[in-house]
Amino acid sequence: MSSVISIQQLSKTYESGFQALKGIDLSIEKGEIFALLGPNGAGKTTLISIVCGIVNPSGGTVTVAGHDIVRDFRAARSQIGLVPQELTTDAFETVWDTVSFSRGLFGKPRDPAHIERVLKDLSLWEKRDSKIMTLSGGMKRRVLIAKALSHEPDILFLDEPTAGVDVELRRGMWNVVRALQARGVTIILTTHYIEEAEEMADRIGIISRGEIILVEEKAELMRKLGKKQLTLQLQQPLDAVPPGLSEFALTLGAGGRELVYTYDANAARTGINTLIAALGTAGIAFKDVETRQSTLEEIFVGLVQEQRS
Amino acid sequence: MTVNVRAIRAIYVFEMARTFRTLLQSIISPVISTSLYFVVFGAAIGSRITSVEGVSYGAFIVPGLIMLSLLTQSISNASFGIYFPKFTGTIYELLSAPISAFEIVTAYVGAAATKSIMLGLIILATAALFVPLRIEHPFVMLLFLVLTSVTFSLLGFIIGIWADGFEKLQLVPLLIVTPLTFLGGSFYSISMLPPAWQTVTLFNPVVYLVSGFRWSFYGIADVSVGVSLLMTLLFLAVFLAVVWWIFKTGYRVKS
Repeated sequence: MSSVISIQQLSKTYESGFQALKGIDLSIEKGEIFALLGPNGAGKTTLISIVCGIVNPSGGTVTVAGHDIVRDFRAARSQIGLVPQELTTDAFETVWDTVSFSRGLFGKPRDPAHIERVLKDLSLWEKRDSKIMTLSGGMKRRVLIAKALSHEPDILFLDEPTAGVDVELRRGMWNVVRALQARGVTIILTTHYIEEAEEMADRIGIISRGEIILVEEKAELMRKLGKKQLTLQLQQPLDAVPPGLSEFALTLGAGGRELVYTYDANAARTGINTLIAALGTAGIAFKDVETRQSTLEEIFVGLVQEQRS
Repeated sequence: MTVNVRAIRAIYVFEMARTFRTLLQSIISPVISTSLYFVVFGAAIGSRITSVEGVSYGAFIVPGLIMLSLLTQSISNASFGIYFPKFTGTIYELLSAPISAFEIVTAYVGAAATKSIMLGLIILATAALFVPLRIEHPFVMLLFLVLTSVTFSLLGFIIGIWADGFEKLQLVPLLIVTPLTFLGGSFYSISMLPPAWQTVTLFNPVVYLVSGFRWSFYGIADVSVGVSLLMTLLFLAVFLAVVWWIFKTGYRVKS
């Protein structure tokens, strides 16, 4: 894979003195779905805005398909479609007009067939002659996506694409994103919904307080940082963890009817065998066993807390 | 250097569509207010004033009235055109598009100026219904019409960038441009003023615009037409420089 966006030592300090980005290095591979995950105010939107030309960087360089975003902004920007976080649309224009306008703005010749395809893909075709202000929030969101896709970009930025969007629509949007990836479009999405990153992304970058804390293949990230939990349903409830089992990281749950063991799934020795043997010695019988992998959310919260402490 | 002509056209068409969508407010209301000026100044008061430098008073005020509309409309059209995307946030698209500052200005100022020129011609036609008109130098008249529209659309663009609220959009046209136009010889020749005031008036930039424009109609002017042209070009250059500075620094556009 070759890198399509290359970000080096990118920093941004706003006039207020707020340092939004602190020397970001990041490389986006061609054709991947990259999720930029981070809490509010972490610098996600600032990062995207710089790459797209909306905010001036304070330092560092960004190239898009080899084109510097400042010196060679035309070539760089023509490749990019941006779906902003806020529902910033015109009001009085029709869906068709606003999407066609975007295509013109990016210097592409008129192509009604393409606009029609985009609107149909996003289930906006019926609404093509409606004024934007008459549309629902979810539809406006799709109009913004249609505008971004109007000029056939190779790279699509989705800034919090499903914020405030209902579940059904969110699924629909994920399908659109996957179809785009199948066509070779590189997709960068920011989100603070972990499930979105988990569901969609090939790679995940975690950003917090203007710094990239970690970039990893999603599966690798889950594996590497994944804690697993073993839950034992007990025959007889316990009042406390028996003293003989204190060497294990055990907690009692469900009013003493569950014993929960947290372990590292990747460790050479998980300690499960010894635990079970120890339980047998202690005379604790269990009727069922369940193991659970920690979600990306838990990993993420753990990482961010680690950085703050 | 390549120019993103399609982008210029897209913005221009978008802005013109806005004009035609708000036809009543954009075109008809200036025509009505101009007609009222004719009724009041031209017919009612003008009938008491025989003529100014050989031109009937009704006809004398036509160039000044057109100028008044050109200035206020150019400023308000262009300022609103660029302020609105800033206000709604849709400016993100303009900033992220492969389009240069030159192209953005060309498109917005071009559309605003087009509208002003149309308006100027409509007012001229309206005036012809009320008073006998003659235009001695039609090409000079058109030159001033276009130059003034473009120059003050540029000023409007600057105001639209500068404004961070709707009231500021109104501030400059209301508090500066309209008074300057009224005091700039739209309704009188500055030779009618006492000598001291004549000198003061020469600091009013609108005097040069009205005087040159009136010369193209009747061959009479308060200052020489060459000076008028020069001053217009000077304003154009100053506003261009400010726009250049805005895009260079990202002032109120990019953080």
